[in-house]
Amino acid sequence: MTPRIRLAVPLLAAALLTAACGGGGNTAAPASTKPGEKIKLTIGLFGDFGFKPLYEEYKKTHPNIEIVENVTQFNDHHSNLVKRLATNAGAGDVEAVEVGYISTFTAQPGKFVDLKQYGLDKRQADYLDWKWQQGLSKDGAQVLGLGTDVGGLAMCYRKDLFEKAGLPTDRDEVAALWPTWEQYIETGKKFAAANVAGAKFVDSPGEIFRAMVNQAPVGLYDAQDNIIVGSNPAVKKAWDLSNQLTQEGLTAKLAAFSPPWNTGFAKGSFATIICPAWMTGFIQEQAKDASGKWDIAKVPGGSGNSGGSHLMVPKQSKHPKEAAELIDFLTSKENQAKVFKEEGTFPSIPALYDDPSIQNFTKPFFGDAPIGKIYSEAAKALKPQHLGPKEGDVRVAIGNGLGRVEQGKQTPDEAWAQVLEDVKKIK
Amino acid sequence: MSALPLAISRRRRRSVRHTLDLRVSPYAYVAPFFLLFCAFGLFPLIYTAWVSLHEWTLLSDTHEFIGLDNFSTLLADGYFWNATFNTLSIGVLSTAPQLVLAIWLAHLLNGRLRFQTLFRVALLVPNVTSVVAVVVIFSQLFGRDFGLINWVLSWFGAGQIDWAAGTATSHIALSVMIMWRWTGYNALIFLAAMQAVPRDLYEAATLDGASTFKQLRSITIPMIRPTIVFVVIVSTIGAMQIIAEPLLFGASMSGGAAGSTGGPDRQYQTLALFVYEQGFGKFDFGYASAASWLMFLAVVLVAGINFLITRRMKGGLV
Repeated sequence: MTPRIRLAVPLLAAALLTAACGGGGNTAAPASTKPGEKIKLTIGLFGDFGFKPLYEEYKKTHPNIEIVENVTQFNDHHSNLVKRLATNAGAGDVEAVEVGYISTFTAQPGKFVDLKQYGLDKRQADYLDWKWQQGLSKDGAQVLGLGTDVGGLAMCYRKDLFEKAGLPTDRDEVAALWPTWEQYIETGKKFAAANVAGAKFVDSPGEIFRAMVNQAPVGLYDAQDNIIVGSNPAVKKAWDLSNQLTQEGLTAKLAAFSPPWNTGFAKGSFATIICPAWMTGFIQEQAKDASGKWDIAKVPGGSGNSGGSHLMVPKQSKHPKEAAELIDFLTSKENQAKVFKEEGTFPSIPALYDDPSIQNFTKPFFGDAPIGKIYSEAAKALKPQHLGPKEGDVRVAIGNGLGRVEQGKQTPDEAWAQVLEDVKKIK
Repeated sequence: MSALPLAISRRRRRSVRHTLDLRVSPYAYVAPFFLLFCAFGLFPLIYTAWVSLHEWTLLSDTHEFIGLDNFSTLLADGYFWNATFNTLSIGVLSTAPQLVLAIWLAHLLNGRLRFQTLFRVALLVPNVTSVVAVVVIFSQLFGRDFGLINWVLSWFGAGQIDWAAGTATSHIALSVMIMWRWTGYNALIFLAAMQAVPRDLYEAATLDGASTFKQLRSITIPMIRPTIVFVVIVSTIGAMQIIAEPLLFGASMSGGAAGSTGGPDRQYQTLALFVYEQGFGKFDFGYASAASWLMFLAVVLVAGINFLITRRMKGGLV
C-alpha cells in the first residue's frame, strides 16, 4: 500500500457512504411476517437501560422473537445512528435516542416509522405531555418515538465527606443549605475551607452547567430553532456560575463519563454531583464500596430535566410491527416502574408518581433516601424546554469552553468568546 | 492439397496467440493490483476532490457547488493550522528520539548476544499489540490523580502533572505511545541493514583500536544510510497521519465528547483527527474532503523534500 493510498482510505469510506446515500433512499416495503417465523430484533442503546429482565419476560409471551441488544458509548451511538440513517443500512429495529439528540432525529420523519400505524398513539394519555410531544415529528402529525425515562434533578452528596467538613448531613438540612446556586457555591467554599483530604466539592462544572440551563424556561434554542446561546441571559448566568465553581477551586477537574471520573466515584474524590434520576444507578455501579455513604437532597435553583430517552423504529427495519410492539412493551407503565426500581431511571408516566409502590420506594445504598418521593416531586414540577436540532453539538462546544477554563488555558471571557465563535459555525 | 495453407494458417494462428500471450498477459498479471488501486485508491482520491468543491453534508440531500470556498475557509480556520502544528510537533517529538533509540537497539542486537532470537522477537511485540490497548493502558499510566508516572515523579518532588491538559505534556504523552509501538519495528529494519555491512570493516576497525561507539558512528551509520532515509520517510508519513492515539487518548481523558476535538483546547488534535471531526463528527463532508486534500498535499510535500535528501545522500555515499 503506498502512502497515498493509505491516506485515501478514510476518505474512501466517506466517499462510499455518500455514494450509497445518493443512490439508495427507497427501501422496499417490508414483507409481512408469516406466523411462527423466527424474528430477530436488534435494539441499539447507549448504556445499560435495565431492559434485560424485560426481554426474558417478553420472550415468554412471544416465543418467536429473539432480542439482541447493541450497546455503544453515548456519543458514538448517536453519531452512528446519523450515519446509518443517511446510508439506509445498519440501524437496529429499535434505537434509543437521548433527549439532547431527539430533535435531530424527529427533524427527519422520513427516516423513521410512524408508530401511529401500529396504534401506539393510544399511549398518549399515559405520558407527561411534554415527553410525548418530544417524540413527535415537527408538524406533530407523526409519532416517531415513545419515551422511556425523564431525568428530574436532585443533588447527590457524600454524607461522610460532609461530616468531615463540619456540614450538616441530614438531607433536609442539606437542601436548606442551597435553595439557590449562589448558596450552593457558598456551601462549596465552606467545604473547601475545611480541607477534607483528597476530596473536592464537585466533580466538574459540565453537568452542573447543563442542569442550570435546563432549569431555565428557555435554553440553548428558541422556539424557532435559532441558537440563542449568545443572547440568552440564563445561559450566560449558568456559564458564569459554573466558572465560579472552577475559579473558587471547588471542582475535582474530572470530566463526566471519562475513566478518571469513574475512578473518582470509587475513591470519593468529590462530595456532590448533580443527580438526574438515571445518575443514581450510575453511582451505585461505580461506587460499589460506598453503600450508605451517598444521600440525595433537593437540587438548588428549582426543577429541571436532564436527560431521558425515547425509543424509535428506523424505517429500514424489516420488522417494524414487531419492533413497535416491543417498544410498547418496554415503555409500558408496569415496566417503567420495574426499571426504575432496578436502574433508577425515572418513569415518564405521571400516573406512577402517586403510586404508593413508587412513592414509598427507598434504596439502602442511598441511606434509605426516599428516592421515589424525591424524583416524583422533581418530575411533577418539571417545565418542558424546547430543544433544538444540534443541541448535542452546542453542548460539546460549551463543555470544551468550560474545560479550557478548568485547565487554566483561558479566562472565562476568552473561553466564552471562543464558544460563541464555535457555536456560530454549527450549521 | 489444402494441407499446406492450413498448416500455415495454423502456425500463424499459433504465433498470434504467442504474441498475444507475450504482450497482453503481463498486463493481466498486474491488473488485479491496478483494479483494486483504482477502486480503493484512485477513485476515492478523485471523488474526494469533487466532494471538496461542494457544500456537502450527510444530513442534506442537496449538494451545492461552491468552487474553492471550502479551501479558502480552511486556510483561514485557526483550528486547521492548530492541527497542522500539533501534527508536526507530535511527529518530530515521536520520530526523532524513536530513530535514535531504534539504531541503538539494533546496534546492541547486532553484536554477540545470548538469546538473540528472543530479544529480536520481543522487539516486535509492542507493534503487534492493538493500538486501543496501548492507548488505554498508557492513558492510565499518564493519569493525573492515580497515574503511575506521576507517582514515580512525585518521588523526585515533581507536582501532579495533568498530562492531557497541557499542549507540550499531551504531545509528550502521545509521542511515548507512538514510540512504544514503532521503535522495535524500526530497530528490526535497521538490524537487517546492519547485517549486510561487511564484517571485515569492523575487524579492521577493532585492530585499529576503535571503540564500539566509534564503530557505530563511523562504519555502521554511513553504511546503512539509505535504510535510515527510507525509515525516516516512512515514519514521517506515518506521523502525518496519526489519528487513533489522540482520538482514544481524548476519549479516555475527557469523556467521549472531547475525543474528536483532541482535548477541550484542541491541544492534541492532529490533522487526521481534524478531518475525522469535520467529516464524522459534524458530517460536513465537503469541508472534511477539502482538509484531506490539503493534508495529502502536505504529505506529498514532505515526501518530496525527503526524496531530494535521498538523492543528495546517494551521491555522498558512493
